[in-house]
Amino acid sequence: MLLIPCPWCGPRDETEFSCGGEGHIPRPADPAALTDPEWADYLFMRKNPKGVHTERWVHSQGCRRWFNVARHTVSHEILAVYKMGEPPPETGADSKQNRT
Amino acid sequence: MSPQRHRLAAGGRIDRSRPLNFTFNGRRFEGYAGDTLASALIANGVTPVARSFKYHRPRGIVGAGAEEPNAIVQLETGARTQPNQRATRVELYDGLTAASVNCWPSVNFDLGAVNNLLKRLLPAGFYYKTFMWPPGFWMRYEYFIRRAAGLGKAPAAPDPDRYDKMHCHADVLVVGGGPSGLAAALAAGRTGARVILADGQNEFGGALLDGGAEIDGGPALDWVAAAVAELEAMAEVRLLPRATVAGYYDHNYLTIVERVTDHLGAAAPANLPRQRLWKVRAGQVVLATGSVERPLVFADNDRPGIMLASAAATYVNRYAAKPGSRAVVFTNNDSAYRVALDLAEAGIEVAAVVDPRPEPEGPLPARTRARGIEVLGGQAVVAAHGGGRVAAVEVMGLDQAGGGVIGESRRVRCDLVCVSGGWNPTVHLFSQSGGRLRYDDALAGFVPDRSAQAERSVGAAAGTFALADCLARGFEAGLEAAAEAGFRRKGRSRRAPKAPAQEEAPLRPFWVVPSTVARGRGTKHFIDLQNDVTVADVALAVREGYRSAEHLKRYTTMGMGTDQGKIGNVTGLAVLSELVDADIPSVGTTTFRPPYTPVGFGLLAGREVGALADPVRKTAIHRWHEDRGAAFEDVGQWKRPWYFPRAGESMHDAVNRECLAVRNSVGVMDASTLGKIDIQGPDALRLLNWVYTNAWDNLKIGRCRYGLMLGEDGMVMDDGVTTRLAEHHYLMTTTTGGAAGVLAWLEMWLQTEWLDLKVHLTSVTEHWATVAVAGPRARELLSALTSDIDLSAKAFPFMSMRAGTVAGVPARVFRISFTGELSFEINVPASYGMAVWNAVMMAGEKYGVTPFGTEAMHILRAEKGYIIVGDETDGTTTPGDVGMDWIVSKKKPDFIGKRSLSRPDTAREGRKQLVGLLTQDPKEVLPEGGQIVAEPEKKPPMKMIGHVTSSYWSASLGRSIALALVYGGHKRHGETVHVPLIGKTVSAVVSEPRFYDPEGVRLRG
Amino acid sequence: MAEAYLRLSALAHLGLEARAVADPGEAGVVLSERPGRGQIDLRGEAEDAGFLGAVEQAIGLALPLEAGTTASGGAATALWLGPNEWLVVTPPDGQGAAAEALRAALKDLWAAVTDVSDSRAVIGLSGRHARDVLMKGCSLDLHPRVFGPGRSAQSAVARALVLLHQTDEAPSYDLYVHRSFAEYLWLWLEDAAAEYGLAVVSGG
Repeated sequence: MLLIPCPWCGPRDETEFSCGGEGHIPRPADPAALTDPEWADYLFMRKNPKGVHTERWVHSQGCRRWFNVARHTVSHEILAVYKMGEPPPETGADSKQNRT
Repeated sequence: MSPQRHRLAAGGRIDRSRPLNFTFNGRRFEGYAGDTLASALIANGVTPVARSFKYHRPRGIVGAGAEEPNAIVQLETGARTQPNQRATRVELYDGLTAASVNCWPSVNFDLGAVNNLLKRLLPAGFYYKTFMWPPGFWMRYEYFIRRAAGLGKAPAAPDPDRYDKMHCHADVLVVGGGPSGLAAALAAGRTGARVILADGQNEFGGALLDGGAEIDGGPALDWVAAAVAELEAMAEVRLLPRATVAGYYDHNYLTIVERVTDHLGAAAPANLPRQRLWKVRAGQVVLATGSVERPLVFADNDRPGIMLASAAATYVNRYAAKPGSRAVVFTNNDSAYRVALDLAEAGIEVAAVVDPRPEPEGPLPARTRARGIEVLGGQAVVAAHGGGRVAAVEVMGLDQAGGGVIGESRRVRCDLVCVSGGWNPTVHLFSQSGGRLRYDDALAGFVPDRSAQAERSVGAAAGTFALADCLARGFEAGLEAAAEAGFRRKGRSRRAPKAPAQEEAPLRPFWVVPSTVARGRGTKHFIDLQNDVTVADVALAVREGYRSAEHLKRYTTMGMGTDQGKIGNVTGLAVLSELVDADIPSVGTTTFRPPYTPVGFGLLAGREVGALADPVRKTAIHRWHEDRGAAFEDVGQWKRPWYFPRAGESMHDAVNRECLAVRNSVGVMDASTLGKIDIQGPDALRLLNWVYTNAWDNLKIGRCRYGLMLGEDGMVMDDGVTTRLAEHHYLMTTTTGGAAGVLAWLEMWLQTEWLDLKVHLTSVTEHWATVAVAGPRARELLSALTSDIDLSAKAFPFMSMRAGTVAGVPARVFRISFTGELSFEINVPASYGMAVWNAVMMAGEKYGVTPFGTEAMHILRAEKGYIIVGDETDGTTTPGDVGMDWIVSKKKPDFIGKRSLSRPDTAREGRKQLVGLLTQDPKEVLPEGGQIVAEPEKKPPMKMIGHVTSSYWSASLGRSIALALVYGGHKRHGETVHVPLIGKTVSAVVSEPRFYDPEGVRLRG
Repeated sequence: MAEAYLRLSALAHLGLEARAVADPGEAGVVLSERPGRGQIDLRGEAEDAGFLGAVEQAIGLALPLEAGTTASGGAATALWLGPNEWLVVTPPDGQGAAAEALRAALKDLWAAVTDVSDSRAVIGLSGRHARDVLMKGCSLDLHPRVFGPGRSAQSAVARALVLLHQTDEAPSYDLYVHRSFAEYLWLWLEDAAAEYGLAVVSGG
């Protein structure tokens, strides 16, 4: 049972939240301009890292706000929580030095 | 009743003034308050107490705590029966009834022991080998194997007890109430931190309860009493005895199983739960879980009367119960010498201490010799003799390396063998927490190395055994943990408790005694007593290539019993390491998983059983439906009226009557469960254009429009009617099941993608009760209830909304229809729902107004060909598939799901498409889910071309109707298709999916 | 407003008034239904001083801006629901006037005023074991060091979503629960309270 720090309500049990999957995948501005493979990539393809993963969560049983979480997928350590629209912090979300 | 023949005359922590009666395997015995079932059985000389799992060999009590592998009992009978209880952890109460498991027909005469004679046929991996082929035979074997094995029976009747759960937060959770844990709790508690101290036993003290030790210059138990008293007096400290920490999960979340009234039997107060599951979020955790002694393995080391040395000491010292009258102590370390002295002190003859170390020296061996006990250095017990119980052991010399036996064998008569192969720190919780273990050569065991969470292990759990060190380290850890949780040592925190130093010689790592005969021939060397895994089994597994610890475990089932191999696992790894010629650390250890000890399902269910298993959502009008005998349908968590049977009516009769009433006169339905979302803001229109497939720009205030919502994959997700209430104010309705999901969906887009859209969404589902009045006389009915709404077709056209009063209550009335009839949906604040419903019923009396349920509604809409999301769609269905291209805007540049509609697979011809089906025999109603084929004469498996999504008897049409998804269905109108059923095949003609009033004249009337 | 006698509270059918005692005596847990409160869902920009000022002007209440807090003023109490969302609770039948005043004051701002008075039932929970009963179904840390009078939080109690408001030191709590879940939650609370002795009192 993870303890997730909602940026507004503070630390709450995982059961109060829903995970919205990988973050920082903006909806293409002009989907019609995309090829089918490009669209499929947006729609279906996700990272599945062993290491730090940036993902979206919503405090669905609390304040109902969405936010970003940088979580280590092995240790479940939560390295950062930040608001929607903010860039991922320097926890190395895409870094090659993900700890295992 | 037999007297307690093996009870010592004095001593122990039992209450001799409170005798308790109990029954074991049908015989009545007496014990004392303070006994466990195990200690009471020992005091009564009961042996054997069980039969083993695979070979059904007689077994006795081995341990005195959670580690017990043999004395597994079925506790009580009937609805309260509990399988898989360790007698060593069952506190005795008056009237207790228990029975051995694995024994059929009895523990003393066991037909299953034939397995012991057939043991050559039951080698390691026997499940896999013998029963994998031929396929299908496993099920037949399994019946007999499960019956002959098994660890007791599940109760057949509902559990009459209540179980509780409690969420709890602590700054410091201390696991284990022995010397280390008590010291930690004291130190942390004195800082003012919130502390929980949990211990599996009925009283705190841990190993100190065996007596003898000294702390702060007095008896250790005096210190324990003072410590407990001090902790009890602290407002922020919660003491949980009889509470086993069962699981250690992510982010310092731990579960504790508290046995609240298990020990009281029939005397348990009725208001208390039997057990309580604590779910603790701890800032810091101190693991003071102690250690478990491990045995030494020799031939037939499973004979009753062979037990862990520490357990023998516990029975003698704590329970004043004599596990035997003539003992041999077999140990590779100094701790069991103390046991030998304790036994002698209790009047038990100690025939010898057998020690593989060549020259056992130091204070404890010296005191043992001084007591007149023979110490046989450099020797080992090679075999046990005796049938039902050990009667003698054979002792031989060991060669220098310990790999072979030398000299003559000597037979020593005894009825008790106390073994000690050293100590395994109890690292289960540490390991569950993700911590990494390290092999400690001096201990010959695994100890915590690197923590993964905010946790520290202390005392024996960390490989620290000297009492003085346990106290010092425990106290320090308590202070550290509190400090990290934000609580500093205060002036009044006193010094750490102290104990005199003890000198002990190092142990000699030693696992399996060499044998004079080949292992596995005639005698057995048991590693895992509960699962009957022997040294020969491990050797066989290695020969067959199972060389990793995890493979070995699964192949031999070593450590997979309900005791998780607390006694035998490290020994098994040592044997493996010898056989594969690698050191133990490189062989590794298996993964410990929660729970530490078995947990009953009743506790996990808690109070979420029966009526409280899941919320039952009820509308404001529910009571009316209930009073009228409605049958209810579960829609999500809602209870919706399904139909309203009158006296003597079948469901079919009632539903037909309800349908005809709506078509011919007027019906009324409780539609309160539909989702309603209030949408306000200058960008509300932009939001609607984004999430619906159609265009919303020209919707006038007071008008309603149907909308279809897609996922980004282009598949139908939800539908509903949205009404423009004001310039920037809309009310969206959703399906009953989709209400929460649609709101979450819209919020997700607004908060994660379209942060610039100025829109506020508020769920108002629960605020409004909705009374739908449908049928040709709906207008007449409603006109009697409202004076401020002009109901004429001209003033109040189809797909519009008017606000006013209905039955004196402020209301929003929507002229929308899901039945195809003239229909008004009256929305009033929920607290008025019942009043307005009653007013409608009264006003409608002269029209024979008929309440109708979801079944009639489903039929009426199917007659019209209206889809239900989730029936006619299944997550792979596009708007085009259900014939709704008309609602997909070609002009809007983008909306959610649009791009996916042109993907090759969604745009292709021949997808499964919605059609109507008219059976050739109009009386035949197809089953929903029925598979459709084109060529029924072919042998199965034939090609399936679709399935029936909805199917009903239509009373209005006097025939059956069905909706179906069929490949290329839009081009199959007029074709005959077939639905093969059991015993017959039904043929049907494909049609337009509209059966009633296809022009929609009636609903516009 | 329509005739009050036409209204039924969410738990009216349970006959709680008939079970109500004047003095809960030794009961460790005291439960009541507290029907009829006006409830308004208010949305607006917490960073916008104009919005905050307009609300205060309209209903005499300075909105709480910190998560999990509440504020009272005029005849109303506001509970924080989110960074731009509040539940404004008024005395029975006060929601109409309050909503009107708010709408008028906020008409030129990006804000939303929604009457949700019948969305949620309110269950009063008090008694010396009130906190213990909540702990059986709620994972919030309700220790006085963390959660005291005037605090509120949205979370789950058992399987129902609840807006929890601690109203005094005793502690007493108001549990706001969606109307359709009210009976479930009440039955769950009764079951959880059985261990401590339960009394029902009138909460009108």
